Parts: sequence; structure tokens; C-alpha cells
Amino acid sequence: MKFVAVIRQVPDGESRLKIEGGKVDLGGVTMILDQMDEWAVEEVIRLQEKHGGESVVVALGPERFEEAIRTALAMGIDRAIHLVAEGYLDPISQAEALAEVIRAEAPTLVFTGGQQADWDSQALGPALAEALSWPVVSWTTQIELEGETQARAKHDLDEGAEVVRVALPAVFTSQQGLNEPRYPTLPGIMKAKRKELKKVPVSASSKVEILEQTIQEKSRLNKMIDGKDPVAAAHELVRLLHEEAKVI
Amino acid sequence: MILVVLEHDGQRLRKGALEAISRARQIGALGAIAGVVIGENTQAVAQEAAQYLPTVYAAEVGSYTPEKWAEAAYAAAQKSGAKVVVATGGRQSRTWTARLAYKMKAGLLEDTLETSTDGQHIIGVRYSFLNRVTEKQKAALPVVFTAKPNTTPLAEPASSSGVVEALEVSLPPTVEVLERLSEQKKGVSLTEATVVVTGGRGLGSPEAFAGVEELASTLGAAVGATRAVVDAGWRPYSEQVGQTGKTVQPNLYIALAVSGAVQHQAGMNKSKYIVAVNKDAEAPIFKIADYGIVGDVHQVLPALIDAAKKLKD
Repeated sequence: MKFVAVIRQVPDGESRLKIEGGKVDLGGVTMILDQMDEWAVEEVIRLQEKHGGESVVVALGPERFEEAIRTALAMGIDRAIHLVAEGYLDPISQAEALAEVIRAEAPTLVFTGGQQADWDSQALGPALAEALSWPVVSWTTQIELEGETQARAKHDLDEGAEVVRVALPAVFTSQQGLNEPRYPTLPGIMKAKRKELKKVPVSASSKVEILEQTIQEKSRLNKMIDGKDPVAAAHELVRLLHEEAKVI
Repeated sequence: MILVVLEHDGQRLRKGALEAISRARQIGALGAIAGVVIGENTQAVAQEAAQYLPTVYAAEVGSYTPEKWAEAAYAAAQKSGAKVVVATGGRQSRTWTARLAYKMKAGLLEDTLETSTDGQHIIGVRYSFLNRVTEKQKAALPVVFTAKPNTTPLAEPASSSGVVEALEVSLPPTVEVLERLSEQKKGVSLTEATVVVTGGRGLGSPEAFAGVEELASTLGAAVGATRAVVDAGWRPYSEQVGQTGKTVQPNLYIALAVSGAVQHQAGMNKSKYIVAVNKDAEAPIFKIADYGIVGDVHQVLPALIDAAKKLKD
């Protein structure tokens, strides 16, 4: 069996973003393996540990993605394919480029993040499934293989959740609660340096163009009320919400 | 032509469907608007939709799977010759619209706050980078876009009723649903509420949520929870606000014993007014709060319920 995780590198959520020339400037920002992709990587490693076979990460993005790819290799993934493309590429166009490589790999299943922490997109997993003509299970919190040709998975809906049986190969996207990712160990990091990382240049044009990005942080009143006397504080708060903000 | 995929509950159109119709009308320069109702009991729901639209397709494909929805929407788009497909945003629609966009070789604009057209493109405004950045995107037709809930006025019925047409869809291979685990819904819906009261781990126990519920019902608010709280099993996952839960944008967001991690902020930072009660003056939530009380939630919350009740009397 072969298990593939599709990953991306994104800014650390705690880092401060700035705008340069109408676009987000990532210079000086700490970049990490997307947390939701990290769950996908962990799940792929666990599936391999349980069922044997091979684990592979595939990433599409600029050169800097290599760091995130090494993190996945250090966690325990066997090898990596990096489709190198600079600039913004929308998820539908990404799916098209990724599908070609994944089809050639012929994996048992593909796992990726439920939502990307940079583009706030949820489309990559399902678009990839469509490109491959496979079913998709999004926002997965639990997965179990039933032999080599089907899986049973639990995943979130708009309200509540459901349990599905799905024929493999299929694409799954991650949701919080799926697993608790391991930290790369020092031997793991050393080993990762020697693991196969194949780079493939990709040229694709984006169907979506980003015209402008801005940070519209609402200016907040930041009015602090002393909580030493809880009753007085509560009354003052209710008064302000009613008379000043006029929201209750 | 424009196609609107109409959200419904098996009986009636949902509010989101009326928002999606409004979005389609806003770009009405691109042509006539058709609708499609996908799922179960679609003929009846399509009759309701025909009060708003000249043509409504009814695609009776059974219960939800992303493959069925994408295929039915694609069939309706083919039949109507639509170059733009509009749907309302949610986890489910953001899954099947991605499949649909790929089928149509269309640009996809996700979770848009507003949309317009110059005749050849759709221009959309949306949030990115965990809800921190506002970005303007542009895609050439064909385009599929989802509208973020609660961003658009509800459509009014048209002057004359339209026609309903059954739509044949050949069902694609898809997942088999073994069990639906629906969560008991009570009170105001989280994404539609104008006031949200959220409790965090700092409340200390599931029992302490009785106070959160009481304050919420006094204010006509919905109850929200942080990830730590739903992970601990204190509250259902459907109440989770944040990156991996729901995104809300109420007039008033009251965060009780919530520290305010970035992942939580991603779900609520666009609220009009934010109130925070926390015993830790350094909690990140205070940085984005309009009103803050540094104090023990177990003392402040009962006082807050009292004060709110007095106001409402």
C-alpha cells in the first residue's frame, strides 16, 4: 500500500503579517508546515505503521516549501516530490498539476489539510479528488482501512458528523481531533537529510488573480473595567453595551 | 446565464438560498438566472423557489454526498448554459463546489463577502490568512463562487412565478453513508445569531456552561465554545468557534474565560463588538476586545446575568 500526504508551507499563525505594495509580504515571517497538513502527514505515517507499504509527501509551491517537506520527512515520511512553482496558483489549477503526479504514484489514498492557513481555502482536497475521479471525504476525524479497497471514516458536516464507507483510492482532508502529531526526533531530522526529495519544475497559470490584499484590523475600544467588584463591573459593562455600543 | 444552487432543509429554502439569489441578481447583467434544488423532496422546494426565479430545476438525487451534489449542479449548469454558479458557503458546499469548479474548468472564489462583474470576470472580496487579511480576487468566466452566510440581504420574490423542471442526473460513484450523527440543535443558530456568548476552558467544568446558557438566552444569543471545550466533551462540536469550527461575525461577541488563541480569533475577529472576561490580564483576547473585565468568571458571570435580566425587564 502507498499513502500520500499533500502538504503546504504557510506563515505561523502567531506571526505578524504586513502589507507591501498591496500584497501580503512574507519576508521575515516564520513559515511552518500547515497545521492541518501536519495532521494529514501524521495520519499517513500511522496508516503506514499499521498496514505497511510506503509513505510519500507531495508539495506544490515555491522553493521555500523545502523546509516544510523536510519536517514531514523528519516525522517519518519515506520520500518526497516537490513540484516547484513560484507565485500564486489557485487550488483548482493546483489540483490539475498535482493530479498528474499522484496518478503516476497510484497510491491507496491521499490525505491533505481541511483548510489552508494562508489562502483560507478548503478546495484543494475535493478539487484533487475530482481531477482524479475519486471520492472525497472532507473534515475527517477518524479513518480505518477495511482491506485494501475500502475505508470507513468519520467526518464533520455543516452540522454534526457522519460515518461513511468509501471505496479506495480516495482523497481525505483533515480536521482537528484526527490525531496528535509527533515531533520530529533528532535521528529523524538527520535521516530526513538523506531521504529522496525529487524536484519537478511546474509551469501553470492561475485561474484566479489576487488584485489586492489589505489588513483591516478593526480598531477596538480596549476599554477595561476593573473586576475587583464583580457586581459593579457587570452593571457597568451592561450599561456600556446598551448605551454606548447599543448592541443589547 | 447564471445558476444558483439553492440550499434547503428538505422542506423549505434556507436563508442562505435567498442570499445566493440576491448575489446572482447583483451580477444580473451577465444574463438570466436559473436555480437548482438538489436532494430530497426537491419538487416541493423548487415550487417555493419558483416564486423567485424564472426556471428552477429539481434534481432528486437523495441525501447529501459531495459527488452527487457536484454532478447535479454540473448537469444543471450544462442544461442552462450557465457561466457562473452561485452557492452559499459552508463546509459541505465548499467541498462540492470545488469538485464542480474542476468539472467546469472554472475559477473558484470561496466564501466571498461581496461579488461584482465587469462583464468578463467575477471580482470577489474575501478573507484570508486565518481571517486576518481582506483580499480582492478576480477570475475570468466561467466562475463558481460561494457566498459567505449573513453577508447579503435576502431576495424578495419576483413579480411572476417561474417554472419547475425535473433534472435527470446520472449518479456518480460516491461514498456510502453508514450513520448520521446529528447534534441536538437548540436555541439560536450560531452563524445566524446577532449576539454570541462563548465559554472557554477557564470555566472549569461542563456544569459552568449553565451560566453561559442563561446569559445567552437572556440576550437572545447563541452559545459558542472553544476547541478545548469541545475536545473535552463539555459541549458539542457544532458550537465550536474558530479556524476548525465555525466563523461568526455577530454584532456582539462575549468571550467568557477564553484566552483567545489565533485559531479561535480566526472564527470571531470580525465581530462588531467584542467583550472579554478573563482573570489573566495578559490574555490575547483583551488585545481585540472593545470591553474587558479582568476578573474571576465565576463571580462576574452571575452578576452579568443579573444585570442583563434587569435591563431586559
